[in-house]
Amino acid sequence: MSKIRVLVGTKKGAFILTSDGKRQNWEVAGPHFAGWELYHLKGSPVDPNRIYASQTSGWFGQIIQRSDDGGQTWQTPGSNPGELAGPDGMTKGESNKFVYEGEVGTHKWYDGTQHPWEFKRIWHLEPSLTDPNTAYAGAEDAALFKTTDGGKSWHELSGLRRAKGHLWQPGAGGMAVHTILLDPRDAKRIFVAISAAGAFRTDDGGATWKPINRGLQSKYELPDPDAEVGHCVHRIAMHPSRPGVLFMQKHWDVLRSDNAGELWSEVSGNLPTDFGFPIDVHAHEPETIYVVPIKSDSEHYPLDGKLRVYRSRTGGNEWEALTNGLPQKDCYVNVLRDAMAVDSLQPCGIYFGTTGGQVYASPDSGDTWKPIVRDLPAVLSVEVQTLP
Amino acid sequence: MIRVVLPYHLRTLARVEGEVQLVVQSPVTVHSVIDALEARYPMLCGTIRDHVTLKRRPFVRFFACKEDLSLEPPDTKLPDAIASGAEPFLIVGAMAGG
Repeated sequence: MSKIRVLVGTKKGAFILTSDGKRQNWEVAGPHFAGWELYHLKGSPVDPNRIYASQTSGWFGQIIQRSDDGGQTWQTPGSNPGELAGPDGMTKGESNKFVYEGEVGTHKWYDGTQHPWEFKRIWHLEPSLTDPNTAYAGAEDAALFKTTDGGKSWHELSGLRRAKGHLWQPGAGGMAVHTILLDPRDAKRIFVAISAAGAFRTDDGGATWKPINRGLQSKYELPDPDAEVGHCVHRIAMHPSRPGVLFMQKHWDVLRSDNAGELWSEVSGNLPTDFGFPIDVHAHEPETIYVVPIKSDSEHYPLDGKLRVYRSRTGGNEWEALTNGLPQKDCYVNVLRDAMAVDSLQPCGIYFGTTGGQVYASPDSGDTWKPIVRDLPAVLSVEVQTLP
Repeated sequence: MIRVVLPYHLRTLARVEGEVQLVVQSPVTVHSVIDALEARYPMLCGTIRDHVTLKRRPFVRFFACKEDLSLEPPDTKLPDAIASGAEPFLIVGAMAGG
């Protein structure tokens, strides 16, 4: 029988939740890296026991952890004596060395002046679809890094910052590459999204990038209707069977693109509010998508204290509230952008974590929900692995 | 032997308990102690000082013989009591966060 492994990053450590394919009874392991912020954990699609994790601290900076046994044990890649010897014979600890390539450069600051890029942390790790030693890392301040040696060393794909990076300006949550989508049909095509800068695409493996924000409207935050960058994209998602179709949860508005981001159209439809953070796609139905509407940019919690996931089976515009098993009064948590994921069982399982420390699971595509755990630290990210 | 006390989170990261003991060539300075520490425990690279600039991270402090040496030049010679191992060199996570 298949097994499900849910990787949960929280403000105070990582947790691994496991169940059989029925997804009714769960075991909770953790905290791993107790006391550290775990922004994101994600497993390799080709070697599911290889998991990369981003561990950060305001005191001690960025750490990259890797497990090769499904999260039972961890190591900082390249830190074992003799594993990566430098010219002087010393082992080099460079798995957390994220250095911007070439001239650091500047981006737009809150007061309109230019401000130098400063590395803060890794928000998102995206393992390659074909090579377990290759992974991408989305950084704050916004940049994309790549490893080809299992996380021992990282180098920047600096072409991204040449896509009008001098005009990017951090929002209240910072300026980070928070979404990385790899095209399963075209190894050279990658999509990324950056808060307060927008969505971007490369078609040459990361050498050059273009903004893909046409059709986005941000009339209060960005008065210029033709602005190529500066849109506060919260999340983008794709179904692997249709990599040219993208869905987006923007600061306000839910949108879709049917041409790999060349043009976006709003599909907020009958949502009670179209502000939110995560968006995801059903594993077997490419037109079935999920969002969690949040009251507003000023009040980051569900409308009316009711935690509702909204599902559209029509690729947007027509939405239904999913409430069975979710709190429908006095609920004032948020669901962050990286905190929703799906499994690939039949029927598809949907998972999300909250800033209140709950991780909810639906084994039936969202019809019913149950909390797997209720009292974790604030959840930053949720990823799901479907194991044989 | 130089004795170094790490903050809790760096001890767990380096998988050590209690003090760390290091061989450091003379002259013993903040810089040379951290060089030896990072060589022995490469996972600590970047957590105490920047990889490239070697500047101390903002919320990390250095103490020796009850003196705060955080703002001293990193090549300042450490007290004899540190060099002899009579006293430990303390790396501390600063109180911060409100």
